[in-house]
Amino acid sequence: MTDEPTTTPPRTVQLTVDGTAVSAAEGDRLLDVCRSLGTDVPTLCFGDTLTARNACRVCVVELDGNRTLVPSCSRPVEDGQVVHTDSDRVRHSRKLVLELLGSSVDLSLTEGVAAWNERYGADPGRFGEPAAPAAAGERDRLITGEHPDPDPDHAATVAQPPKVDNPLYVRDYGKCILCFKCVDACGEQWQNTFAISAAGRGFDTRIATEFDVALTDSACVYCGNCIAVCPTGALLPTAEFDLRAAANWAPERQHETTTVCPYCGVGCNLTLHVQDNEIFKVSSPSDHSVAHGNLCIKGRFGYVHVQPPRRRTG
Amino acid sequence: MDLHLTRNEPSTPERDAVDDVLGAPADRTAAERAATGQILRAERGGQAVRDRRHLLLPALLALVDRVGWLSPEGLDHLSGRLGVAPAEVYGVASFYALIPLEARPTPTVAHVCVDLACRLAEGASEHRRRYDEDPTVTVVDSPCLGQCDRAPATLVSEPGSPARHRVDTTATDSSTSDPIATSDPIATAAIAQRGEPDLTLLRRVDVIEATDLDAYVAHGGYAALGRALDLGPAAVVDEIDAAGLVGRGGAAFPTGRKWAAVAAQAAQPHHLVCNADESEPGTFKDRVILEGDPFAVIEAMTIAAYATGCEHGWIYLRGEYPVARERLEEAIGLARGRGLLGADVMGRGFAFDLEVFRGAGAYICGEETAIFNSIEGYRGEPRSKPPFPVEVGLFGRPTLVNNVETLVNVLPIVAEGAAAYRRIGTAQSPGPKLFCLSGSVRRPGVYEVPFGRTLGELIELAGGLPDGRSLQAVLLGGAAGTFVGPEHLTLPLTFEDTRTAGTTVGSGVVLVIDDRADLVDLVGRIAAFFRDESCGQCVPCRVGTVRQEEALVRLRSGRHDRNEQDRDLALLDEVGRAMRDASICGLGQTAWNAIESALTRFSLFREDEP
Repeated sequence: MTDEPTTTPPRTVQLTVDGTAVSAAEGDRLLDVCRSLGTDVPTLCFGDTLTARNACRVCVVELDGNRTLVPSCSRPVEDGQVVHTDSDRVRHSRKLVLELLGSSVDLSLTEGVAAWNERYGADPGRFGEPAAPAAAGERDRLITGEHPDPDPDHAATVAQPPKVDNPLYVRDYGKCILCFKCVDACGEQWQNTFAISAAGRGFDTRIATEFDVALTDSACVYCGNCIAVCPTGALLPTAEFDLRAAANWAPERQHETTTVCPYCGVGCNLTLHVQDNEIFKVSSPSDHSVAHGNLCIKGRFGYVHVQPPRRRTG
Repeated sequence: MDLHLTRNEPSTPERDAVDDVLGAPADRTAAERAATGQILRAERGGQAVRDRRHLLLPALLALVDRVGWLSPEGLDHLSGRLGVAPAEVYGVASFYALIPLEARPTPTVAHVCVDLACRLAEGASEHRRRYDEDPTVTVVDSPCLGQCDRAPATLVSEPGSPARHRVDTTATDSSTSDPIATSDPIATAAIAQRGEPDLTLLRRVDVIEATDLDAYVAHGGYAALGRALDLGPAAVVDEIDAAGLVGRGGAAFPTGRKWAAVAAQAAQPHHLVCNADESEPGTFKDRVILEGDPFAVIEAMTIAAYATGCEHGWIYLRGEYPVARERLEEAIGLARGRGLLGADVMGRGFAFDLEVFRGAGAYICGEETAIFNSIEGYRGEPRSKPPFPVEVGLFGRPTLVNNVETLVNVLPIVAEGAAAYRRIGTAQSPGPKLFCLSGSVRRPGVYEVPFGRTLGELIELAGGLPDGRSLQAVLLGGAAGTFVGPEHLTLPLTFEDTRTAGTTVGSGVVLVIDDRADLVDLVGRIAAFFRDESCGQCVPCRVGTVRQEEALVRLRSGRHDRNEQDRDLALLDEVGRAMRDASICGLGQTAWNAIESALTRFSLFREDEP
């Protein structure tokens, strides 16, 4: 993934964004251009270390000559494009995407959502009372191509109990927006482990191991690179999950310490996330030219020599 | 990647089913066999093994055909044989409705159609009851089976070696009580126009034996391919372009432009896909062609491949068409044997071969880029465009995707020339068109007419409505189309006229709904259909189709006061517009069309409070 020297510099293209003429390098995406102009475009499934999946559709913009809106995260720039990032159509679709997600998924740990809801006038509550959470494993047994008759009094959701099946991290799929970043990070884009996949179809789609076996029976190697890319807190290190569950989450008592992983010669950068002098999470900067935010199990979870593991209670 | 496999062995039938598709595994040494370690279960061969991922879906279907479901052991075994991680195999398998992940109560499964034409059909409840009361079958609800002209319909499947599939419709002999009595060839179709002299696309259907190659040739077959080989590839593309042919699958894209774009691509090889995943509710025209004139599809694909430089073709056939599959495979074998497919087509030094690729129960796989993912062994999710298939398609190569009906239109264009073809139909919608007449008409079936006939004329052609019934509505273009009322009977069914009238030709569905039918029930079914068939990738469609169905259920519940009604109608409109504007593919973009048209043209749920 290093930048290779190119013989010819990329061609420059001219386009217009919200009435402003801009030039961009061929190969750039509309999102790059918007951000370079300081135009705030919300994103959820976009990850800076992964190929855009354009699944969430919250970053859509209007492109003259296009019948539908286009995802700015993946649409390449072209000469002569006329882009509108705040038209009525754009605002309407972004609002609906926020409402549809907010009404079906727990977005309480998703950064930016509250401000976007306000900006676009999104009211996720207007689809009705949320339905009761599914029982553990229930959503994993849904049959493709079938669904029960909708309940006129409740809005369907993906709410379900968190999956706690290993000591290192928790999968809380009631918070999963299906950005597919964990699948891509686990699979061919980074880790090549392929422990998880999207399974099922439509609203029943979920991230799963084969036949929903526990992580400990799956191919998972606990690198935690899925946690690193998860935008919604659906994947959390157990230490962080427990802190939050115990209502002991206190950002004002937290700090970050940057260091280098002591285990091997690669020298991955580590960021230790600490509250009350205890590490609750280890991450790595995503803009690092070697690791791109990825770690292995040792870097991500092997910090017991710094701090003895806390016995889980409850 | 290390495959993480369990030590559980598959059953012998499962092993055999996979071997039938992948061949026997490479033999291992005695020492290797003695070590039953996890890694040894995986096939050796590295990239060469993983390059066979396109065999994943065929192997999954082989397992289901043999034992009725995908067991954890069968999954693990297949995973090891193909070098595809178990989670990925699971992800792919669980995408398809025809791959059960739990053993059924009985091996024999009846997929009873619950879609539009079958809901309207007389005798539907008796038909269903027959299966419900039969302890030897498991009943599963099915979306449209493409048998709307002979509704109600059920697809019965019995695993085994070989598996047996039978389509039970009003055209089937029901004198036997065995739900899976021998798969006797089903009458191809009730072609009311059978043998009429001015037929083009249907002229051989039901007239000749479908898999009789000599009869096909005697009835004009392979004249077009001969002429194409004389003309040369570029002239064939020009001819298609000049004929003004546009795609018949629903999107109406100019075929000549597509062919020219593929032909011009420098990247090699080029691939050809015939989209035979006909799943639009109310559509069965492609089935009639595939079952009744399979050589026409093969010949047309050969011409398309010649014109656009494709070496290999795939017919992506929906899994619910067992008769079409049987006949296509037989016809392909016969064509190959006669030198009409293979390394030297017609002895003219042009190589082309094709295969049938069977779908597994997913409407979305009719979307052209979803087909690619499905064939390549991934979940049948549509890809983001651009890049378009003509540049980056199947296996990353330039790919031509055409619908069955589009392809068979190529034959008269090439055989008789673009000018003759343009004399059929209207200036802007040249050529003949197949329409699927079903619902409340005396003679449901496929009808071929030149573009320009009115809706009323078509309904008359099908015998009109039965005595004592009057027209309430017509669903044009399928679930992704629109409802129109009696005021549209004079509407000429051309691309230009339907567009102006705010409706669509779509896939040629003309579902006639009489005064006794419950329009609200049909609208509810369309909403349920889209919810079931959404692939789940993008938020507007994945959640929007759920909220759409929920709002309709609330409106139907009858508990609403006027304000609540208006609020839900506004909600539907808002969700619908976001699906249309922000969904990745045509499924989400059209999931609101029919419902919107029913609500606005028929003022559903707008009656005053009692």
